[in-house]
Amino acid sequence: MAKGLVTFNEDICKGCELCVAVCPKKIIELDQSKINAKGFHPAHVVNMDECIACGNCAIMCPDSVITVEKL
Amino acid sequence: MSTIVYKKTKALNDTQFHYCPGCTHGIIHKLIGESLVELGVLGEAIGVASVGCSALCYKYFNCDVQQAAHGRAPAVATGIKRVRPENVVFTLQGDGDLASIGAAEIVHAAHRGEKITTIFVNNAIYGMTGGQMAPTTLIGQKATTAPEGRTEEHSGKPLKIAEMLATIDGAKYVERVSVHNPAAVRKAKKAIKRAFQCQLEGKGFAIVEVLSTCPTNWGMTPVNALGWVESDMIPYYPLGNLRDFEEAK
Ligand SMILES: Cc1ncc(C[n+]2csc(CCOP(=O)(O)OP(=O)(O)O)c2C)c(N)n1
Ligand code: SF4
Ligand code: SF4
Ligand code: SF4
Repeated sequence: MAKGLVTFNEDICKGCELCVAVCPKKIIELDQSKINAKGFHPAHVVNMDECIACGNCAIMCPDSVITVEKL
Repeated sequence: MSTIVYKKTKALNDTQFHYCPGCTHGIIHKLIGESLVELGVLGEAIGVASVGCSALCYKYFNCDVQQAAHGRAPAVATGIKRVRPENVVFTLQGDGDLASIGAAEIVHAAHRGEKITTIFVNNAIYGMTGGQMAPTTLIGQKATTAPEGRTEEHSGKPLKIAEMLATIDGAKYVERVSVHNPAAVRKAKKAIKRAFQCQLEGKGFAIVEVLSTCPTNWGMTPVNALGWVESDMIPYYPLGNLRDFEEAK
């Protein structure tokens, strides 16, 4: 069972991968199948079940793309 | 029932930052905003923007922000705070701005013990103008004006602003922090909040030097830039508190 729910405001993601780098569960990736209006592959969580709702990804996102909820 | 662990601070509006991907200027904006909200003073806050990439920060904060001439943010903040002592006044300045052209203003704002809070973004380079050497550029670090890397013989050693200001009596809170990983960001937020607390208690001048990245002009990916802060900047610019108003006389 997932402990966390992570949502991304994809339109404003700049694909910088800071969230990818700091996720202790390594479950964030850039979504190569999408390109947002800014021209970036937006970040997304590939396996929400493993999320521990630590908030690291959101704390490091310079553009406030990420919201983290604890379930 | 779910609880929110993290969502965007209400101190920032919905205008998208113009900063380059992964530039930690954005993280520092968030920490200033979160601190003002948590201290309950967003409505009284007045920022003073400097010249540099963060010159445009007035577009993003949900409080008044005045843009100052290059290096002069502490002088403008002095005027605002003296006329409106009930407001919470902060400057947001880069290292080209504060440590170079504005070195006199910051020294004398500290020396006079102005009751303002300065957030000093040290990214070891002039970002906005394309990567010239700053007083804070590390030895060996390349810049457009030091294409072979900075040498001590030519430019002296990088200036340690926090240590320098900590020698001034009017500076009642001085700390250096970093934002290169989540634990560092959490510590940085505590320091920024305390720097505002120093002003709220009327103790005197407060400054937090924040080690920040400029992936674009450093020629690195944003993630590698965080690594460079840890491997190269922190050994020269040690983190920690240099002065706190509880003990400062
Ligand atoms: C009087 C004056 N001199 C020079 C400039 C050019 N200038 C604009 S930004 C800047 C340096 C900014 O560097 P920094 O303060 O480190 O901020 P960053 O862009 O790295 O965040 C300079 C020299 C100017 N705008 N005004
Ligand atoms: S909240 Fe923590 S575990 Fe969940 S995606 Fe973000 S960094 Fe990873
Ligand atoms: S840190 Fe933010 S902007 Fe960067 S990739 Fe992750 S969600 Fe996108
Ligand atoms: S030039 Fe450097 S400091 Fe300016 S926004 Fe880009 S990465 Fe940030």
